[in-house]
Amino acid sequence: MINNLVHRERGVMHPFWVIVGKEISDQVRSWRFIILLFLILLTCFGSLYTSITNMGNPAKAPKPDDAFFFLRLFTDTDGSLPPFHVFIGFLGPLLGIGLGFDAINSEQNGGTLSRILSQPIHRDYLINAKFASSLIVISTLFFAMGFLTMGLGLYLIGIPPSPEEFLRIIFFLLLSVLYVAFWLNLSIFFSIRFKQAATSALTSIAVWLFFTVFYQLIVNLIARAIAPSQMASPDQLLAYQQFVINLMRIVPSQLFADGTTTLLMPSVRSLGPMTMEQVYGAVPKPLHLGQSLLIVWPQLTGLVAATVICFALSYYSFMRKEIRSR
Amino acid sequence: MSQEIIQLSDLTKRYDSLTAVDHLSLTIQKGEVFGLLGPNGAGKSTTILMMLGLTEPTSGSVQVCGINSTTNPIEVKRRVGYLPDDVGFYDNRSAIENLMFTARLNSIPENVARARAVELLERVGLSDVGAKKSGKFSRGMRQRLGLADVLIKDPEVIILDEPTLGIDPKGVREFLELIAQLSKEEQLTVLLSSHHLHQVQQVCDRVGIFVSGKLIAQGDIPTLSKQLFSAEPFMIQVAVESTERDERLLSSLENLASVNTVKFLNGEYLIGCSTDITPHIARVVIESGYGLTHLHKKEYGLDDIYNRYFEGAVI
Repeated sequence: MINNLVHRERGVMHPFWVIVGKEISDQVRSWRFIILLFLILLTCFGSLYTSITNMGNPAKAPKPDDAFFFLRLFTDTDGSLPPFHVFIGFLGPLLGIGLGFDAINSEQNGGTLSRILSQPIHRDYLINAKFASSLIVISTLFFAMGFLTMGLGLYLIGIPPSPEEFLRIIFFLLLSVLYVAFWLNLSIFFSIRFKQAATSALTSIAVWLFFTVFYQLIVNLIARAIAPSQMASPDQLLAYQQFVINLMRIVPSQLFADGTTTLLMPSVRSLGPMTMEQVYGAVPKPLHLGQSLLIVWPQLTGLVAATVICFALSYYSFMRKEIRSR
Repeated sequence: MSQEIIQLSDLTKRYDSLTAVDHLSLTIQKGEVFGLLGPNGAGKSTTILMMLGLTEPTSGSVQVCGINSTTNPIEVKRRVGYLPDDVGFYDNRSAIENLMFTARLNSIPENVARARAVELLERVGLSDVGAKKSGKFSRGMRQRLGLADVLIKDPEVIILDEPTLGIDPKGVREFLELIAQLSKEEQLTVLLSSHHLHQVQQVCDRVGIFVSGKLIAQGDIPTLSKQLFSAEPFMIQVAVESTERDERLLSSLENLASVNTVKFLNGEYLIGCSTDITPHIARVVIESGYGLTHLHKKEYGLDDIYNRYFEGAVI
């Protein structure tokens, strides 16, 4: 060794990307990733199949979305399986939790954390690299899956997507990545907070279950309790509706669902209650992409904010953490 | 040679109510092997973490290689190799892949790193298992791989936290020999923390004794015993034919010049004195009419120091 050959040469990979590279290869080789991948691919083809069998059904009434035939690949269903975007909304969190729940505590329990942090790297490299690598894996997976679905759909129905449809699908995929990134960050946060990987996995899943199942129940209870009387003025009714919807929107999955519906169903023109005055005179025509994006902009911002909050929390608690061996 | 490489001044670390490190001041010279000795929970690991900038001191400052560890930990970590106690590796990677990962984190060019990794594996005696996954390694093997991992960045200082914990005696000896050899050949400064006295005694040039956050003594082992047993640097054990306590002999021994204490314990007289008066004692015993069966001048080892401090036992 002894030969003092430690040139800090150019062309040597930056330590941050060294960690990212290692994390990605760890993720991709791990069993849980393969299992999750398998699960998601399966649902993907399942929903593609149901939407395609449903498309051939000529007895259906024409809908304003008919101009966007290709998008129906992602939203149509014959009722036996939920459509593509609902599946992603359901399984995406699992994927995020699966990739993040043992990010830091497994390093701690394996005794590698103090060894890595005693190398000349900034402490935040590790947590940033963990996040970046999982995000890269998720984006690659989602885009590959999205394009695969599009390709298969193209092959099966023989109608190419219009540029607008293509862009809508790209935005949908970006939104999905963002949504999974939220769950990823939440589970990374728990992996810093809890020493046992099992605890952090369970906590993440508990939060996910709470938001997908119990939160709706609670909101319903509240809604029923504060429901205005039948004599209430339209303004009061409107305010009440708005309040209940806003309560629902605290949940990331609601934000994601709102976002995807608007992006994939161009005929959706509002996510809140509309008065007759607003609807009156509206041309029953699908919205342009720009208009749809405008509608989902608050949802998008909300999701980004939730993700950033989770990341900031984990960043803060990781930087303050004292690194002890095992 | 007498270049100060680690300087701790007035270092304090407080956790809520507990003071882990209490106004610690310590200097370590370049090229020496320093043993940080103390019972569990004395604050050894906390001190080491502060040297690496892995935790912040409540007050005081740490300088390693002339760099402040708290404000500029990256530069310190570039020069210091740290082997935590119970070091871990990525189980699904081979030994050599683990070493290469560390080398890459240190921005060592690939070809240099590979050559060095192979050389180091050879050196720590793991060259035949270099391609095996580190998850299958035993504790001793992990510790040796840890040493290779520390050395791959070609450090100026290596800090080993309880490096011999949980290794069998033969492994410990080999490991310590390797450290001693490395420090001589590479002019490495080694800081070693342990609660195993004999091991520290074996390899360290100097030791510091650390109890509940305070450094109570430091120096090489002869100096230490002088420092700690200044009242009675010599302890002479005498056994005579009779195993009965004899007050007359006891008092005549006590009357000798420079004798401080005389005790009778298990058929032996224990005489603590300030100068070496073994011949006088022998004469006194023989003059009092007893046959002398055993006369032994006791040297203080770390064990005695340890007992003196940690267990409060009187020697």
